[in-house]
Amino acid sequence: MSFASTTRIPVSGLTKHIGALGKAREFGILVALALVVTAATAKNPAFLFSPDGWRDLLLTPSILVLVAVGQAFVIITRNVDLSVGSVMGLSAYLTGRLFIDVPGIPIPVVVVLAVLFGAVLGLINGALVAFARVPAMVITLGTLYAYRGINVMWAGSSRVNASDMPREFLALGTGQILWIPVLSIVAVLVLAAAAWYMRNTRGGREYYAIGSDPAAAELYGLAVTRRVLTAFILSGALAGLAGVFYAARYGSVSSQAGAGWELDAVGAAVIGGVAITGGVGTVWGAAIGAVLLMTINRALPILGIPDFWQRAVVGVLIIGAIVLDRWLAVRQRQRLIEARDES
Amino acid sequence: MTTATPAASTASVRTTRDFDKPLWRRLLLTRETAIVALLLFVVIVSAVTVKGFAQPITVNYLLLDIAPILLIALPMTLVMITGEIDLSVGSMVGLASVVTGVAVEAGMPFEAAALLALFVGVVGGAVNGFLVTVVGLPSLAVTIGTLALFRGLAVGLLGTTAVTDFPEAWTALAKAKIAGTTIPYITVPFLILLAIFAIVLHFTPFGRGIYAIGLSKDAARFSGVHVERTKFILFVVAGLVSAFAGIYYTLRFGSARGDNATGLELQVIAAVVLGGVSVFGGRGQLYGVVAAALLIGTLSSALRLANVTSDVINIITGVLLVLSVVAASVLAWLQKARTRPARPPHPAAVTAP
Repeated sequence: MSFASTTRIPVSGLTKHIGALGKAREFGILVALALVVTAATAKNPAFLFSPDGWRDLLLTPSILVLVAVGQAFVIITRNVDLSVGSVMGLSAYLTGRLFIDVPGIPIPVVVVLAVLFGAVLGLINGALVAFARVPAMVITLGTLYAYRGINVMWAGSSRVNASDMPREFLALGTGQILWIPVLSIVAVLVLAAAAWYMRNTRGGREYYAIGSDPAAAELYGLAVTRRVLTAFILSGALAGLAGVFYAARYGSVSSQAGAGWELDAVGAAVIGGVAITGGVGTVWGAAIGAVLLMTINRALPILGIPDFWQRAVVGVLIIGAIVLDRWLAVRQRQRLIEARDES
Repeated sequence: MTTATPAASTASVRTTRDFDKPLWRRLLLTRETAIVALLLFVVIVSAVTVKGFAQPITVNYLLLDIAPILLIALPMTLVMITGEIDLSVGSMVGLASVVTGVAVEAGMPFEAAALLALFVGVVGGAVNGFLVTVVGLPSLAVTIGTLALFRGLAVGLLGTTAVTDFPEAWTALAKAKIAGTTIPYITVPFLILLAIFAIVLHFTPFGRGIYAIGLSKDAARFSGVHVERTKFILFVVAGLVSAFAGIYYTLRFGSARGDNATGLELQVIAAVVLGGVSVFGGRGQLYGVVAAALLIGTLSSALRLANVTSDVINIITGVLLVLSVVAASVLAWLQKARTRPARPPHPAAVTAP
């Protein structure tokens, strides 16, 4: 908020940064996450302090983090990608089939192929949305069905089992480097790259500009079509990567893998402060939202609440988050009006 | 949604231009007519080629299966014409089903339990309506939240158990056929609701206000339409009808479970959009939506009888949905290209499958 700095007494860089951190929307979600972890740990120390608990805490959310980051890209451009669950399931199944059908295929090749496959599925979404100028919700609702249908037709009632995949690949799913699971490290690297891109580059800022006002962005000469297309490709590619993770983590992939994840991904982004109306939010927020969702899922049984209530808690969280965002936006507007009237 | 502005402007241009065309073109060359024609085509082709499709029993199962979709599509059409959306309907079906089950299990007579479920539907719809109209939140986000919330309450109340002892008379009624035909009784309340919705939407100021809101909220407000009140009422009605569909669902399968009707919201929205309702609001007809719901149902039952795996219907639903919206914008683009030949063609729009 540069307008305030002209009237305020200059503060040191560090204080300003800490102040900004406290004011950031993501901070509230982080506090909520810390509270959940603390409460669960107080009840059962194994939640955080046992090797398994620690590993699960980091490992379980990393798949949803990837999908939510991709979703954040799309939502920031004022679109939505409902097909991510189906894309993820399809790439997870592709991963398994590649290991079965091409014996001895190197793992990196499989990862690259699955990510590319996801990107192609995302490209189909993006091309339909960007070129045909139709609402993303309808298109991705259609491809949600279509991709899932292809998956079911391809897989039938068969499933890929852990025994079909090489041991080294499955070791990726559970392996750790210095007590940190490999998958979580990959997820954090992807997240950091995405966050840097969205915050610091011209391209990243253009996504926000498009989401804030598509018509203005077009008039200003931004490549709206190309950006929207890229957002969908990124979302598809990340869902593809999440599919590889899914196969590595769970070892068994049926045709229903990832069903319903689209709502978790949108929910995670919304909880993390990405406004569904576009132009607002960060990928960090979406990622923290994803971690919060998955952690609550595991913490509820420990806190003595049957995990049947998990979805209800998620619903309350989503509604709470958007009400909070609305309140913050209204307050911000009032403050801006006051600042204008004073000057 | 990126494209809200250009699409809205082409839509408004097109409605005014519609009156330049002769009457028969305005009546026959519409989205709704295309869907009805496609429905008739599918029915005739399946009756000729698919063995067993022409039997009356097919109609019975078809109507029983798609009754919840048909029922909920009515209020959903109205909600979507105002430019809003309600994703929580499937969860409300589940919640109403569970509430009925829990109340019956607690010793309440079925009739009272059903009323309680309808009341829950009204309350749930009011929650959606309150958050959208009073707090001013986007309905997509709100109803994703209540989708999780209502489903969570449903699953939380019953866990993995199911309630199955409902009065025989009622479960039989849900599946009963109208004497002498193979048409199930559920079509009677549906037809009554259809008549009410059609009259309200097409022949009352309230209904015309719904279109006005979808075309331009501000213009509607300035011309005296109660925008917030209208939307609130529509969300409440959507909750109420979903709850009714939930009671029917419970009786039809004789069991109340937390995961009843999971994913129904997407099927309903698919039917509504396929039926020609614009997601931007302001455009759509009830008969198109009913035809689209019947089309999806007919296709799936014909394919099932033809021993095609029922999963192919997912692909067909998806592709139909995508094609229906893409076709509209390609047609609009072609029309524009014809009237303004100076503009160089946009190659991408043609190649888009």
